[in-house]
Amino acid sequence: MDLPFIWAAVILFAVLMYVIMDGFDLGLGILYPWFPAKEDRDVVMNTVAPVWDGNETWLVLGGAGLLAAFPLAYSVVLSAFYLPLIFMLIGLIFRGVAFEFRFKAHEHERHFWDKAFIGGSIAATFFQGVVLGAYEQGIPVVERMYAGSAWAWVTPFSLFTGLALLVAYALLGSTWLIMKTEGSVQEQAYRLTKKLVWGLLAAIVIVCVWTPLMNPGIAQRWFAYPNILYAAPVPILTVVSAALLLLAVAKRSHAAPFLFTLALVILNYVGFGISLWPNIIPPNISIWDASSPPQSQGFTLVGALVIIPLVLAYTLWGYYVFRGKVKHGEGYH
Amino acid sequence: MTALDLARIQFGFTISFHIIFPAITIGLASYLAVLEACWLKTRKPVYNDLYHFWLKIFAVNFGMGVVSGLVMSYEFGTNWSRFSDYAGSVTGPLLTYEVLTAFFLEAGFLGVMLFGRHKVGEGLHFFSTVMVALGTLISTTWIIASNSWMQTPQGYTLADGRLIPMDWLSVIFNPSFPYRLVHMSIAAFLSTALIVGAAAAWHLLRGNDNAAVRKMLSMAMWMMLIVAPIQAFVGDLHGLNTLHHQPAKLAAIEGHWENTGSDGTPLILFGWPDMEREATLYSVEVPRLGSLILTHSWDGKIPALKEFPKADRPNSTVVFWTFRLMVGLGFAMIALGLWSAWLRWRGELFTSRPFLNVALVMGPMGIVSILAGWITTEMGRQPWVVYGLMRTADGVSRHSVLELSISLVLFVLIYFAVFGAGIGYLIRLMRIGPVLNEPREVDAGGPGQGRHAMRPMSAVTESADALDPSRSS
Ligand code: HDD
Ligand code: HEM
Ligand code: HEM
Repeated sequence: MDLPFIWAAVILFAVLMYVIMDGFDLGLGILYPWFPAKEDRDVVMNTVAPVWDGNETWLVLGGAGLLAAFPLAYSVVLSAFYLPLIFMLIGLIFRGVAFEFRFKAHEHERHFWDKAFIGGSIAATFFQGVVLGAYEQGIPVVERMYAGSAWAWVTPFSLFTGLALLVAYALLGSTWLIMKTEGSVQEQAYRLTKKLVWGLLAAIVIVCVWTPLMNPGIAQRWFAYPNILYAAPVPILTVVSAALLLLAVAKRSHAAPFLFTLALVILNYVGFGISLWPNIIPPNISIWDASSPPQSQGFTLVGALVIIPLVLAYTLWGYYVFRGKVKHGEGYH
Repeated sequence: MTALDLARIQFGFTISFHIIFPAITIGLASYLAVLEACWLKTRKPVYNDLYHFWLKIFAVNFGMGVVSGLVMSYEFGTNWSRFSDYAGSVTGPLLTYEVLTAFFLEAGFLGVMLFGRHKVGEGLHFFSTVMVALGTLISTTWIIASNSWMQTPQGYTLADGRLIPMDWLSVIFNPSFPYRLVHMSIAAFLSTALIVGAAAAWHLLRGNDNAAVRKMLSMAMWMMLIVAPIQAFVGDLHGLNTLHHQPAKLAAIEGHWENTGSDGTPLILFGWPDMEREATLYSVEVPRLGSLILTHSWDGKIPALKEFPKADRPNSTVVFWTFRLMVGLGFAMIALGLWSAWLRWRGELFTSRPFLNVALVMGPMGIVSILAGWITTEMGRQPWVVYGLMRTADGVSRHSVLELSISLVLFVLIYFAVFGAGIGYLIRLMRIGPVLNEPREVDAGGPGQGRHAMRPMSAVTESADALDPSRSS
């Protein structure tokens, strides 16, 4: 059994779970300023109230799993992106408590937690996007240590991916609202979605052009024969999903926009994986080079394989019970 | 300030904040299990009232433990990247198991415990509370295993300049693990009991006297009376174990610089260990007591600081004092327990104002001892991050002073604002006090409800306006 391969799959899965589950949460925080009325804000909050917060645990699992299975990658990637990761964590702290404190605070303090919620969501998303872009650009490593500068993560490309992720999460948020609400909130969500869809499609096109131009290795991976045959479904499905998404918004469907946005996000994630595979520290340290000994990976895998399915089952059940629309005046507390 | 100093301060700062919440989580979870057991057995309403009161505080505290823990799990990589590469294959799996067990607990039993009172039978609900309490202790076990292994590593081999775990049992059950696990768990119980006791004392002092408040004080003081002495005993064993495995740490704790003559080692009660002058200034000593405590003989010798190269000596000035602070508070707790027993016997436990005032002041002292204890443990093992194997200076990431300063300033500002507000909120909750025979309408939570296990804090419905006694009463 190829333990590094399994572990790469487990960690990719944990991160994907995080992106899917926290993406629309963060998106709602980003969109919050566009819902100024208190009743609307309450509805927005209520749509995620039951599924909030557990999401971040996937991020913790991704981090701890990375340390256990690929200590070299953990140490290099985290120290290379020191500042943006710290900024992201601080954003998540604010976001994590603001949500609850908002309901508990004195009336005159509430606006502070509202701002903390917005600011935390935006900061966490933007810096996740920055890290993603900078990661894809590659990390110089000498003698198993990060060998770049402290500010190497600030590049036009990474700043762009930061913005792109803001758009992506915002779109997840707005389509989520379409699915979960009605009336004035839903109307506003449709308006926002129409703009955000084009924003996201533009961002995807720009990244798809920019990445191979910037990095010949990645161009090679996608366009050389026969890779192109294996990789082709990803762009094709992306175009199909994009078309269906536009159609669904035009037809004012309720659930479809969210599902197709999710499809787009997942496809992008897969595409990102193809660009990097099998490297865990781009451009050239593979999952096998970075892996911890089998004693570590095997020992930890036992626990992961028992517990992760249980958590998944519980989570799915939670979403299932919580299906349906949230209305004005349905109290959160 | 070097980058290394800054990285250490930052780690110490963030983990010191973190440990406050888990310590209370661990203690309260077990306290809740006891309360529920008493309720099921005796059916006295006070236990039920107390359960509901402390459950809210537990929920908010738990939420802050999760948020502050998120930062910890990334800091090993951001701040101690070379350590992570070197030892990650050993500490990583232990940490992952901690997350997985915390996961498991959150996913299932916490939801039932917080929201399921009216959904599941009493037996199942009690079972869930017990499982949550057990879960916090399991999670403690993993993280303490990881820390203890860094103090007294074994069960590994070295290959290509990195550690490889060879025997997980011997990694986990390393020599300092049992002592540290027991000492830390008891510390969590004591700290929680002190907080419970202080909350009760506060209400009694303000004339808010009822059966539940009295029960709180009484339970907390039984805990002091019985468990505080056990903690001192365990601490003594812990120290003897340290003498064996980390002699330099112990010498620094004792401020013991050299062995002269054939007389026994004195115990230095107070003084100022001076690292430059290699002496403990202004010391107040008890002859031979050091030998007696540490070697259980009249003239036994313990290693002295001067026997270690200068570069291998931990900072004695700090650990000398943090250790005395912890032990001093430990004895204060024992004294509090004895005083409470005396007053209980005379029937004045709930009315003696001097006692209640002292109990109030002792409220935060458990947390203070925990912090003092950890500083002793962690600074006492310097300059090693993995004892005898890797120096802290070799484990640190290569960040610039600028980067670390930015992040440290941000952390300090934000932790005080965010967790300060959270702790303020906890205190306000405690000030409401338990409500007697509160009519508890079904407030179902869990999936599909506004209140949910994934957000433990949502178990609390009070807003600060309602909490403020000056406005609500
Ligand atoms: C003695 C106990 C203890 C100690 C020393 C630590 N923790 Fe902790 N931690 C807990 C006891 C605990 C806990 C009681 O188990 C918590 C509190 C709330 C919770 O869910 O579990 C927790 C929560 C918690 C979480 C959130 C888990 C979740 O999402 O549910 C993380 C990521 C960490 N911790 C990580 C750490 C790290 C990296 C530490 C050291 C460097 C650390 N903790 C020290
Ligand atoms: C149980 C898990 C823990 C682990 C794995 C751990 C690990 C570490 C590491 C890697 C360092 C950095 C190296 C150093 O400077 O010593 C450190 C330092 C430190 N830790 Fe811990 N620690 C743990 C728990 C705690 C707790 C709960 C506290 C609570 C107060 C604490 C207090 C400190 C302090 C104050 C320092 C700085 C020491 C110094 O500046 O010399 N540690 N610890
Ligand atoms: C009263 C007598 C006590 C003695 C003799 C004692 C002894 C010790 C010793 C020797 C250590 C250092 C272990 C090492 O070498 O790393 C230690 C650490 C510690 N102590 Fe105490 N202690 C006492 C009371 C307390 C109390 C009352 C608390 C908290 C309520 C406490 C909390 C801690 C903690 C959290 C640590 C760090 C973790 C660990 O190493 O276990 N101690 N104690």
